[in-house]
Order: sequence, then structure tokens, then C-alpha cells
Amino acid sequence: MSLIAAQSLCVRFGATEVLHDVSLAIEPGEIVTILGPNGSGKSTLLRALLGIVPASHGRVVRADGLRIGYVPQKLAVDRAMPMTARRFLSLPRRVEDAAAEAALARVGLDGLGGRQMAALSGGQFQRLLLARALLTDPQILVLDEPTQGLDQPGEAAFYRLIEEVRRDTGAAVLMVSHDLHVVMAASDRVICLNHHICCEGTPRVVSNAPEYRALFGLGTQGALALYQHAHDHTHDHDHDHAHDHSHDHHGHDHV
Amino acid sequence: MITRTTTATTITAMTMFDDFLVRAAFAGVGLSLATGPLGSFVVWRRMAYFGDATSHAAILGVALALAFNLPISVGTLGVALAMALVVSTLAAKGWAMDTTLGVMAHSALAFGLVAISFVPGVRSDLQSWLFGDILAVTRGDLVFIWGGAALVLALMVWRWQALLTATVNEDLAYASGLNPDRERLVLTLALAVVVAVALKVVGALLIAAMLIIPAAAARALARTPEGMAGLAVGAGAVSSLGGLALAMAQDTPAGPSIVTVAAVIFALAVGAGRLRPG
Repeated sequence: MSLIAAQSLCVRFGATEVLHDVSLAIEPGEIVTILGPNGSGKSTLLRALLGIVPASHGRVVRADGLRIGYVPQKLAVDRAMPMTARRFLSLPRRVEDAAAEAALARVGLDGLGGRQMAALSGGQFQRLLLARALLTDPQILVLDEPTQGLDQPGEAAFYRLIEEVRRDTGAAVLMVSHDLHVVMAASDRVICLNHHICCEGTPRVVSNAPEYRALFGLGTQGALALYQHAHDHTHDHDHDHAHDHSHDHHGHDHV
Repeated sequence: MITRTTTATTITAMTMFDDFLVRAAFAGVGLSLATGPLGSFVVWRRMAYFGDATSHAAILGVALALAFNLPISVGTLGVALAMALVVSTLAAKGWAMDTTLGVMAHSALAFGLVAISFVPGVRSDLQSWLFGDILAVTRGDLVFIWGGAALVLALMVWRWQALLTATVNEDLAYASGLNPDRERLVLTLALAVVVAVALKVVGALLIAAMLIIPAAAARALARTPEGMAGLAVGAGAVSSLGGLALAMAQDTPAGPSIVTVAAVIFALAVGAGRLRPG
């Protein structure tokens, strides 16, 4: 059974229909990326799936007792609020020190529990959000543009971490992105959204779909060829030697 | 028994003197228990003008209570609650602009002052509503202050984790099954109660100062939200006691003296925070 599914979902903000007739289902253990230009309703779709915004039509079905780990977009801890990384992990449910340390170690933030959140780098901050999401032992991780503001190596490292987490915990991953290349390489399935679902499938299928190319203005063969080169490169290495990070970087440098 | 008359003997005058000072001290410390954690949220959520609007509305509450022969506490609580709900609703609808809140805060004060001028025989007391009258706190007032402060403190403790989560990020709260609107209402209620409680202690003009200044001082030294709230309670209590001492020694108005001491503590805390590494 699907973890979470949208059935003919429509969402309206006033007179504007932000999402129209969206149907999708996330299965256990898969990594699904929702791609779309700014203002295409990506975040709204996630927020509707989480029950934050109501459906105007259609419905959202979640598996009974589904544990969701959520990483919101643009979370900023105001400097007016003192907050250590360790304290943040206990929001809203308090967690044991051992569990907190394990979660920090899992995302590579060992020993940074006492650091103020305002003093973390962009990449560390996103890893901390991921650590907090992992503490609920989620069946599905929902990430809204998790690499916003990271440079490309940081981005690539973050998506590798996501893949590791999926491998270790078996959690499904649903994420939203507007950057094409890195995120596609890390996904099992890509859904192209522009208020409705334009196209969906494996990264390779989607990247060849005319709807996708129109949506992202990839009309020229050149841009697509460049993308496919980078993508195939990474893809092969992912299968041959999954942890060959330097090769991953090499692949992205082409992009 | 606790009427302050000048005809008493020296000894009873001394005990009475002790008594009203002790009552004043307890009033200030009691208020600080509520303003510490609530003031921290006012700072975190940038609700300074929100606090101003609500506390200035208390003057209107005083006028209405006097006009309709109601207890002052009922009038201030009612009007502060109404104002807090209006401002909170506007904020939720995206009206939380500086201008809107500034208009509300100052209009509330102006309407209150005009309204109170229609009530006969109050003009002489006006200063005590604007700046507080902590030295005239009665036993009944003390019960009201501590009751209100305990209520606010209990609300804060009960909703603490949810309030913090909603303050950090509303979507995070929603995704955790919390309702940020409900938490906002908790803060709104708490603010109205604190305004009613603080009116006697520091007066309508300076209630927001008691919320913001101790919390801002605590921010400079705290590492966690709990630490900040706790330090804010301490800063508020020390300000109250220091302000009382200043008022007794120099015959200055007590409410402004308390806020003056709080401001000095703020400056010292910011200085100390700068010196601290990291």
C-alpha cells in the first residue's frame, strides 16, 4: 500500500487554483522528486500532502499511523531566539541525549550539539533539519527545497546523504526542487509540476519528455546533451561504485 | 488595617511602612514570573507593538470600568483581551505591519485618555494608571497579581514545547500535528492577563517595556530558550526590587524607576554578552 497519495487533488488560494487534478502515490522506500519552476505549486503540493493546506477538491490519503519526517523550506531561526542544535532536536517532542547524538552523527554533525543554530553554516543547518526529521524514525521524509542556498558540492553531498539515509532506514523520500541536474540523479522517479502534473517517470524518461523540456526552456539539443552526459556519468558510477564521491563531483563539474 | 494614615504611632507606622514595601516587592517579583517567559515570546515573535497596543488599551479599560462602575481589573482585562484578539486576527491575516500596529497602539492610548477625561474625579489619578502605583498595592491587588502571574506561567509551561515549535516555524508545527493558530491564541490570552496584572505595577505606558527589556537583556546571555526565559524572570525581578529601592531613596516614580533599572541591566547584559567568546 502507498505511504501517501493524492487523488485528483485541487488546491485553491482565493480565486487562484494552485493545483489542479494532481494524482500521485509514494511507495515505501522510493525517492521521488517534484520538479517545477518557481510558483508552480511544488511547495503547496507538499503542504497539502502534509495536511497544512486543505484540498478544495479531491483528497489526500495517508497510511495509518504514518510517521513523516518534514524539512520545511527556508526555516530561519531568528537571532532573537537562542537555540542550540541539541535543543532544536527536541522540538516539539523531547528526545534522549543518546538519540540526539546518534541523529547528529548520522548527518555528520558529531559534537556540534552545543553550537548555536545561527552559527551553523548553510550545509550544517540543512543537515540539522534532516537530523531532526530522522528522530521520528520516519517512514517517509518530506523535504522542501532542502539544498536552497547551498553551493553545488554542498548540494551533491546533501543528496548523497539522503540516499544513504534511504539505504540505511528504508524511508521513502519525497522532495521538491527547482534545480534539475543533481536532484534528478538522486531520484528514482521525477514528477514535473506546473499546477498540474506535466509528466512523470524515471529521470531519463522525464528528461526526454517534450513537456519537461518546454517547462524548463531546454529547447536546444545542446543543453540537453550536456545534462544527459552529466546525468549518465553519475548514474553509471552510482551503480558501479556507489561511494565514489570524487567521481560524483567530477560528473557535476560538467554541468 | 492596611490603610495608610499619618495618625498612627511611630511603631505601627514602621510596620506599615515595611508592609507596603514588602507588598510592592512581591508585586514586582510576581509580575516578573509572567513577563519573563511571555516577554521572551514577544521578542522572538517581534510582537513589541502588539504589546504596546494591548497595554495602551488598558487605559480605555480603566475609563470604561469607572464609567460603568465595574472593578478596574474586569475593565482592563476585557479591553486588553479585545484589543489583543483584534491585533492577533489582523496579524494572522497578514496585517502585522508596523504602521497598522502603530496606529492601533497610539489610538488605543489616545482614545483611553479622552474617555477617561469624561469620568469625573479621575484626572488626579491618571498618573497612577499611566505609570503604575506599585507602592499602593493592597493585599487584594497582590492576590490578583500573583493569581494572574501564576495563570500565565502555567499556560506558558503547559504549552511551552508547542509554542516554541510554532515560533520557530509554523509549517514544522503543523507537520508535528500542532495548530499554530491555537498557540497564537494562548499568547494573546496571556498578554491580556499580563496587561491587567501589570497595570498597577508599572502603568499602561511601560507594560510593554517590562515585557521586552528583561527578555532582551536575557537574550544577550542565554544559550537556550529556557535559559532566556529564566534569565528574563531574574532580570525582571531584580529590576523591580532595584526600581523600588531607587524610588524609596530618591522619591522617584516607582514604575519608571523599575524600567530605568531594567534598561541599565539590559545595557550591562549586552556588554557582558559581547565580551563572552562565541
